[in-house]
Amino acid sequence: MSVKIGDVSYKDRIDKGIENEFMRQAVSSAQGRFRTGRLSQAEELGNWEDWRQLGSEIRTHTLENIDYYLQQLSDQVARRGGNVFFAETAEEANDYIENVVKKKQAKKVVKSKSMVTEEIGLNHCLENIGAEVVESDLGEWILQLDEDPPSHIVTPALHKNKEQIRETFAQKRGYDKSDDPEELAAFAREQLRKDFLSADIGITGCNFAIAESGAITLVTNEGNARMATALPDTQITVMGMERIVPTWEDMEVLVSLLTRAAVGQKLTSYVTSYTGARLEDEIDGPDDYHLVIVDNGRSKILGTEFQSALHCIRCAACINVCPVYRHVGGHAYNSIYPGPIGAVLTPLLDGYEDHKELPYASSLCAACTEACPVKIPLHEQLIRHREIIVEQEKKSPVAEKVMMKGFAKWASNPAAYKLSTKMARTALKPWTRDGNIENGPGPLKGWTDVRDFPAPPKQSFRTWWSNRQKEGKA
Amino acid sequence: MAIHNRDTFLSNLAANLGRPRRMDGVERPTYSVQPQYDVLNGYSTDDLISVLQEQCNVIHTDFIHTNRDGLSNVLMDTIARYEGKSIIASNDKRNQVYGLDDIYSRLDQELDVHIWDHSLGEANQRIAEQADVGISFSDITLAESATVTLLNNKDNGRSISLLPKTYIAIIPKDTLVPRMTQAAKQLHEADAQGVDVPSCVSFVSGPSNSADIEMNLIVGVHGPIKATYIVVD
Repeated sequence: MSVKIGDVSYKDRIDKGIENEFMRQAVSSAQGRFRTGRLSQAEELGNWEDWRQLGSEIRTHTLENIDYYLQQLSDQVARRGGNVFFAETAEEANDYIENVVKKKQAKKVVKSKSMVTEEIGLNHCLENIGAEVVESDLGEWILQLDEDPPSHIVTPALHKNKEQIRETFAQKRGYDKSDDPEELAAFAREQLRKDFLSADIGITGCNFAIAESGAITLVTNEGNARMATALPDTQITVMGMERIVPTWEDMEVLVSLLTRAAVGQKLTSYVTSYTGARLEDEIDGPDDYHLVIVDNGRSKILGTEFQSALHCIRCAACINVCPVYRHVGGHAYNSIYPGPIGAVLTPLLDGYEDHKELPYASSLCAACTEACPVKIPLHEQLIRHREIIVEQEKKSPVAEKVMMKGFAKWASNPAAYKLSTKMARTALKPWTRDGNIENGPGPLKGWTDVRDFPAPPKQSFRTWWSNRQKEGKA
Repeated sequence: MAIHNRDTFLSNLAANLGRPRRMDGVERPTYSVQPQYDVLNGYSTDDLISVLQEQCNVIHTDFIHTNRDGLSNVLMDTIARYEGKSIIASNDKRNQVYGLDDIYSRLDQELDVHIWDHSLGEANQRIAEQADVGISFSDITLAESATVTLLNNKDNGRSISLLPKTYIAIIPKDTLVPRMTQAAKQLHEADAQGVDVPSCVSFVSGPSNSADIEMNLIVGVHGPIKATYIVVD
């Protein structure tokens, strides 16, 4: 996989999402819970706006000096017995990791949830060279067994119900118990324990790398990331280059923002900061440690008006308040980064060509901007994307292009305009009930599938205006 | 250890930022707001213990407050409650100070008690994996989030709080601080003074959990299924 998930058209993806009633219900209930959790934590702190301001200032300073802090980080990791590889592309990152796997003659790799390894398509590369790759986050494991992409960056299997999960476990792993979530989780624990104990290599992502000490911080609830970093002898951390903070003090502020904004927790069950290779006489932790720092398109965003998109701490608060995500679900975005931040980031990382519709998958209500714990102006960036797409006209969606051209011609010819506004009412009569169009034809269909459209009035505004002037009221 | 491709990578970042590469002289600014220091500001240790106790309810963790004389009974009761037959504990200097050495020798007559011993190598992990109960001390305790901070080292393996079915944290009263801010400050100052931080700092808040199946809270996934905090005066 890469940033882009598949080749299904935007409209088909949206239709699929809208028709998936379970998914829509699950998303709407999840959004409600996430939102309540975040708001109650924010309220408890009392000065949430100050926290957001601090988060924003830390991210701004860090990104403005990212070269300095990455140098400091890599020096510290090397000093603590780790290898550091700077990868400009996904291929470079995958090649380096493949080489480590080959050199170790590793048969089994256990992973904890990592968006950046999804982004670079790491699993696929490792499987191609014959390694077994096991995703150990419960949600990711379910998706891996079912060969399904994630639909949310915090709870990746949000679109699946427990009956489907039971079925997957039964088919793929011979599970024969109920669809009780606790029983399902106990089965996953038992199955994955064996994998943790027998894995040759552990691979994790990174929430925050601490430049001053070389520590990698992982924020988790299940304990799988601790397993993947404590047990295998070889460990690889893959981080997007912007997942960095200057000091422990900055890390703790951002972790406090992340856990509150993401899941409404004061802290998750585990926040783990590990540094380099294990020390002398230590048993847990790797003796061979590698940190892979990935660019893969991020550096092109630096120095542009979109730089603050790199401030994102992957909490999904914007996703959890987005009315568009609520209706279409994560898969409709066709990107491993869905929702508002996905709509901003995906075209930046992977180009407009395949993702030109995403900036339009927004009502511009600004709920995302208001929810963001590090104050990324998400809806403004979506507008800017739209402007760029329109400026480069050839990239705007075909339907809109044709429509706008047609509209321009039609509207600039007074006779045509007058005639068609007059005719509209008659033309649309077959679809009109009680002054509303319920199941409209052609371009109206998309709208009237989900809501009514008012029928054109008997009298057009222009006619009304000129009559009014004639009567001397204007 | 090797660092690969750094110069081209970082020079490219500097070029995109439209300035020469910064190799030194970068200072963290004084941020305009510092709300993290206001949380539980001015609370006494006893106030912080109350906050910790309340938050334990939220994170599905049992809370017990005792003193050194009561510790032995409380600990044995908790192990019995967890139906613990096998126990793994850190090899901590505080074991002696808090009388845990004696408790462990007594328990070892009926149960299987293993004290982490780095000379046994990976056998420690295998024992932890089979153990019913893991026991270790909190080094810094965060009241706000009910978090025990474990500074792992050769005598206090990461596995103790991770692999057994249940986990007991012994919390000396003087390890209590308001929140993560104070723990981060200690670690930051250690780094600034050139003291190496531990290879692993684990902030643990209760048992493991997940909400990955239909957003239902499941307590107990890969790490311990149950946890108890024992605060000792």
